[in-house]
Amino acid sequence: MRRYLVRRLLQAVVVLWAAFTVSFIVLFLLPGDSLSIKLGGLEGTATREQIDAVRGANGLDDPIHVQYAHALGDALTGDLGTSAQTGAPVAGTIVDALPQTLQLTGVAMVLAVLGGGGVALAATFTRLRALRQVLLSLPAIGISMPGFWVGLLLVQVVSFQWGLLPAMGNEGWESVVLPALTLALPAGAMVAQVLAKSMTTALAEPYVETARAKGAGRVRIHLRHALRNASLPALTLAAVVSGNVLVESVVVETVFSRAGIGRLTAAAVDNQDVAMVQGVVLLAALVFVLVALVVDLLYPVLDPRVGRAV
Amino acid sequence: MSETWQGVTEGSPRGGVGGAGGAGSAGSDRVPAAGRVGADRVLGTDRAAGGLSVVDAAQAPLLDIRGLRVSYRTSNGPVDAVTAADLTVGAGEVVAVVGESGSGKSTTAHAIVGLLPTGGRVGAGRVLFEGRDLLTLRERELREVRGRSIGFIPQDPMVSLNPVRRIGDQVAEALIVHGLAGGKQAAERAVAALGEAGLSEPATRARQFPHELSGGMRQRVLIAIALACRPRLVIADEPTSALDVTVQRRILDHIDELTHAHGTAMLLITHDLGVAADRAQRVVVMSRGAVVEQGPAARILTDPEHPYTRQLIGAAPSLTTRRARARPVREPVPRAEPLLTVSGLVKEFALPRTKEGARTLRAVDDVSFTVRRGETFALVGESGSGKSTTVRMILGLEAPSAGRILIEGRDTTRPGRAELRALRRRMQLVYQNPYASLDPRFTVSEIVEEPLRAYRVGSRAQQRARAAALIDQVALPEGVLRRRPAELSGGQRQRVAIARALALEPDLVVCDEPVSALDVSVQAQILELLGGLQDELGISYLFISHDLAVVRQIADRVGVLQAGRLVEKGGCEQVLSAPTHPYTRELIAAIPGRRRPQPLGAVS
Repeated sequence: MRRYLVRRLLQAVVVLWAAFTVSFIVLFLLPGDSLSIKLGGLEGTATREQIDAVRGANGLDDPIHVQYAHALGDALTGDLGTSAQTGAPVAGTIVDALPQTLQLTGVAMVLAVLGGGGVALAATFTRLRALRQVLLSLPAIGISMPGFWVGLLLVQVVSFQWGLLPAMGNEGWESVVLPALTLALPAGAMVAQVLAKSMTTALAEPYVETARAKGAGRVRIHLRHALRNASLPALTLAAVVSGNVLVESVVVETVFSRAGIGRLTAAAVDNQDVAMVQGVVLLAALVFVLVALVVDLLYPVLDPRVGRAV
Repeated sequence: MSETWQGVTEGSPRGGVGGAGGAGSAGSDRVPAAGRVGADRVLGTDRAAGGLSVVDAAQAPLLDIRGLRVSYRTSNGPVDAVTAADLTVGAGEVVAVVGESGSGKSTTAHAIVGLLPTGGRVGAGRVLFEGRDLLTLRERELREVRGRSIGFIPQDPMVSLNPVRRIGDQVAEALIVHGLAGGKQAAERAVAALGEAGLSEPATRARQFPHELSGGMRQRVLIAIALACRPRLVIADEPTSALDVTVQRRILDHIDELTHAHGTAMLLITHDLGVAADRAQRVVVMSRGAVVEQGPAARILTDPEHPYTRQLIGAAPSLTTRRARARPVREPVPRAEPLLTVSGLVKEFALPRTKEGARTLRAVDDVSFTVRRGETFALVGESGSGKSTTVRMILGLEAPSAGRILIEGRDTTRPGRAELRALRRRMQLVYQNPYASLDPRFTVSEIVEEPLRAYRVGSRAQQRARAAALIDQVALPEGVLRRRPAELSGGQRQRVAIARALALEPDLVVCDEPVSALDVSVQAQILELLGGLQDELGISYLFISHDLAVVRQIADRVGVLQAGRLVEKGGCEQVLSAPTHPYTRELIAAIPGRRRPQPLGAVS
């Protein structure tokens, strides 16, 4: 088990390094840079010479491998550079914005798992065929509605017409509800779809017949026998979905004017703030790696057969 | 008692089975069903001369199925799986239901306890158990019967236990859901039940998960579950057909003991007449959804009345000593050199490291044998005996750790690529499962042509003509060429697989359990075909099987593998009639159908 953990952590380091390197190369190859935009953009007043001087001072004229070595060395010491827009350190800015986004995506994931799981279980449990059909068609509807549109709709109805919840901002728990719902809808729909499918498969397995032949009731069969087996594919999906939720938060935080990683990313991309974009890329890679690790460690808990392979 | 039955049955519609029910129509269906019951009873009383199936009003049978009819909903409308099932099981009696796949025997078993798969529906009939019609019970009432009064042993032990729950919990659950025990007491009784079912170290087993147990052990767990509540009836649906013969025998012996000790009645569903003959007091023969014959086991087997029963008995390999073909007197083989020589073959696999250091598993341990031209050599062994690994090495799919494999004197163990390809052409394989070994998207013609295309033999037109000739050779109609595997039966598919193996005119055809997935009557036909083709083409067979009864029908010489070692080899008749190794003797003794039951009440 310990060897397995060490191996997984080493893999995580390699993934982070690869994310850093690829994003560095891509950003290097992009035409223009943040300084040119800041100093010489449409409203900029600096002359070509002035810009070149600042570029040189910031090391932007060095060959790529020198710049890369610098950036990597700094990153290893926890210094992700300074934002070209604000001049503040990237690492600090991200750490400040993170709690807001974690709160949002965390609530969204809880809603998605509970809602999606609930719909799936209800659909496979009910004996009413019509209700089952309705429940099973919900995920398809949920997935096909774009996040920004749902967000705007919620703002329009819940905030403006009914005045129930705030339409924007970060103040209090009320402000989390609508953006979290917006994020949870497609995520929950995916969870529901996969769980309903794997529940249906599990319920047709011979071991369920064995349980029924023992005289076990429907609730016991659904929850104790089928659900645990069916939760494995859903768990894998939940890992992918939680990554998606982070990505979607870019749109949702913009729609709801919330501060957070998503907004930070949007602004950084707009301004070609290379250091900031790279910081966010690293964060995203870190989140994916951590979620995958958690899922891998959960697998043997849920399925004893996996434990042996570890 | 009989009044109660009627009171319960009268006008009470059948509730849904497993949620897929259509209640309400049973009332109208019952009338014609009752008519059928009458007609079948005539047949039944005729048989009752045997003395056992007389339904005495005073001594009502434990289980009494009358005019049962079950259909499945399919895309082409309802299909009848069972049209007329009538059978009884007395208290403490063992009754076997025998039939081939599609005969409705398993559907009947499932219908008794309301465990039909989705789409299954009981159209008519009664299932009287202890005086109550189970078909009229609500789901909740039926649940109290399941497990508690009627135990059920399912077919495939490998998939019938929940993989993520501990063995002990799964056994204890049977007691818990019926409120017979709770918590610690249930756990203790589960361990006791596991011990009773013949598992060694039951307390350890209880803490293990299904994947840590072998198939035979898992079947014992399922037996423990079925018997945990001391039911009055056990339904065993092909309880051992997925297991090796020696394991099968031990398990069946054990079920026998347990049911006998507790006076439990058993309804044994099996495709194997030999098993039925060994275990049951009465045998019920089903064909195409209907009971065609029933009576005391001894009478059914020695003096069958229905032509279908006769056909079944004739085809059952375990009940016959007849060879699939008359052996022609062998002419002296022109070439002294054997086609295939295997000498000192060893295969070792590395096992996961443990504290004691690296370990290896000797899957094949110093195996030597020869296969001569035009003869059939059979390798017999149970799962894990190394027969598949041996075959994989001969076919060049696996490199041996030591030893040599010679084809006509040429060493094949380390050939070059081109040479290997040429060698493969001379050795073809017929797989065990004809349902999985044919590409479902190919037509039969394409399947048979494929090896010809792979080796660029002839033009397209020639290939097509060759495919047609081969299909004719395996006795399939020409129309089959344009069809796809899904439209063919298991036996037809295996014929296609044989035609494909013959396409390149190989010298050696390796048959890996070629009939074990087929019904007995189809088995006999395929073995006959293989024998005929050998006489015609002079090819050699390396025949892999776990079933000595099948081997007896086809092989000239036999080698018996146990745990990777060839413990005995020799002429087929000699090995089977005078085995020298204890393991061979055990294998032969395990063939079902050898201990014919003494006719109860000595009818004849």
